[in-house]
Amino acid sequence: MTSNTKIELVCPAGSLPALKTAVDHGADCVYLGFKDATNARNFTGLNFDAKALTEGVRYAHDRKRKVLVALNTYPQAGNWAGWTAAVDRAADMGIDAIIVADPGLMAYAQKKHPQLRLHLSVQGSATTYEAINFYAERFGIQRAVLPRVLSLPQVQHVIANTQVEIEVFGFGGLCVMVEGRCALSAYATGESPNCNGACSPGKHVRWEQTPQGMETRLNGILIDRFDDGERAGYPTLCKGRFDVNGETYYAIEEPTSLNTLELLPDLARAGVRAIKIEGRQRSPAYVGQVTRVWREAIDKVMRDADSFAVQPAWIAELDKVSEGRSHTLGAYYRPWK
Amino acid sequence: MKIALGPLLYYWSRQQTLDFYAQVAQSPADIVYLGETVCSRRHELRAEDWLDVAAMLKAAGKEAVLSSQSLIESESDLKALRRIVAQDEFRVEANDMSAVNLLTKAGRRDWIAGPTLNIFNPPTLSMLADAGATRWMAPPEMSGAVLAELLASGAPAIETEVLAWGRLPLAHSARCFTARHFNLQKDTCEFKCLGMKDGLVLRTREGEPFLTLNGVQTQSARVHNLLADLPTLRETAQVLRVSPQGDNTVSVLELFRDAIAGTLSPQDAFARSKTLMVEEPCNGFWHGRPGVEQYVSA
Repeated sequence: MTSNTKIELVCPAGSLPALKTAVDHGADCVYLGFKDATNARNFTGLNFDAKALTEGVRYAHDRKRKVLVALNTYPQAGNWAGWTAAVDRAADMGIDAIIVADPGLMAYAQKKHPQLRLHLSVQGSATTYEAINFYAERFGIQRAVLPRVLSLPQVQHVIANTQVEIEVFGFGGLCVMVEGRCALSAYATGESPNCNGACSPGKHVRWEQTPQGMETRLNGILIDRFDDGERAGYPTLCKGRFDVNGETYYAIEEPTSLNTLELLPDLARAGVRAIKIEGRQRSPAYVGQVTRVWREAIDKVMRDADSFAVQPAWIAELDKVSEGRSHTLGAYYRPWK
Repeated sequence: MKIALGPLLYYWSRQQTLDFYAQVAQSPADIVYLGETVCSRRHELRAEDWLDVAAMLKAAGKEAVLSSQSLIESESDLKALRRIVAQDEFRVEANDMSAVNLLTKAGRRDWIAGPTLNIFNPPTLSMLADAGATRWMAPPEMSGAVLAELLASGAPAIETEVLAWGRLPLAHSARCFTARHFNLQKDTCEFKCLGMKDGLVLRTREGEPFLTLNGVQTQSARVHNLLADLPTLRETAQVLRVSPQGDNTVSVLELFRDAIAGTLSPQDAFARSKTLMVEEPCNGFWHGRPGVEQYVSA
């Protein structure tokens, strides 16, 4: 029974106002990225330059919270120096850890900044304790973020077999594919989460009202078509409606969000050390709403996991900001698979 | 330049699979990757059957390699992996860091770093070479130019392999999309993918073939075909991988043999390959473009 282990709430920030909102609403850690392709949310108008990061780190540290910098895309020979410079910049700014996926970059960070804490990004696709322990032995990673593919017993099994702290996703947009191993966006648009920090990027999106309804396209490929009464969603490639054997449906996944609130006591008992909220691309208002609910829930579980019950008001609040206004337990719940 | 046949990504019946490898034994493939890499529920061939196939191919003069599963979720998946690592008659392709860890601990110095390890730069490749990899496969999304730059930037001198033919392996999931199509869960999937010799095509609502559902794996619908790109492949790769397909795989291997030997020009080889593809061709990834594109340089 490890339910007394503190669970950190790790919240997203795509901007300085979002960082402050997360801190003000009870985040233990805020994670963010630089304004370039070194992180997996490389979107226009998002992320931190040096000035914003300096202020953000000061704001968080004054209030005894941590700042984690995501450097979780895969550098290539031609742009390698940009990624190592980003590691140096993060280390120099006194951030609390970097979140990394590329082994080469981990080796660099370990050698150049031995005091810098390394978290294995979900983009590292480590789904087993054998993989996680490899990164720990080679590069001294201290935490690993699990891909959203394991069932709850599988998460427990990983934790039981590694010294590395385990962080899991609690809420937000749901990657259906193993993170770090998805080239669907690269196939359709030439830009991938791995190399460009973007999935189904906005510049390739086209919305078009047609006699058949509102059509959403990604680089010309029809991702979905909506009737007049339907709410047209963003054409994330894996959440469109397609035709398989003459049947049109959400062949991969519906537009829905992950929400594991009801599993919180189990995650606490399993020894999960941190819960991550997805959504650096979302507004400060989203960050505030989600952080507040999860802070309250985690505090309740920490006090008494056995009497924990999900409050309907929490779910109502979270569904308001969920993709497709609905939620799922994803792979934590075996039948989802 | 060697020709490799990648692991069979689809789920065929035991007899179909054995017949297929009997043909492969007579084919121009130099290297044959074997084993179930997609889904642990597939069991028409058991571990010992794959070893028998490997031995048969070895006797036919091929280099047989045992490929590990790409997405490992459970302790029984790890158990299967440990079995592959424990045998030392055949080399192993590591498709997950779990495999890299076990191979390193076993002291193996002859393994292949597979396409799902996300090797994008020289330091990562060097780390794996130090750990015992003697061949690596570039991620399919890597362009020829980026690969050339990697190799020119202090990469270790190990063999480089490139996917040159087949539907692109684009993603893996915990969810089985074939089972989902039949409103089934993975744990009770009734093995619906069995016998779908080229997977299940997913089309856009305009009827355009877009992706292929292959259980927990998602592939392109189009066939990644680099026959016409042989000149730039020669500058970077020592091994070209052909991914098995329902029909005509041996004919594809023969085309590659003839193109590599120069008895067929790359253009002629590409022209002849048109009747051997299950869908339109694409080669965008190799040219640094969306993978779905068929790029022809001006």
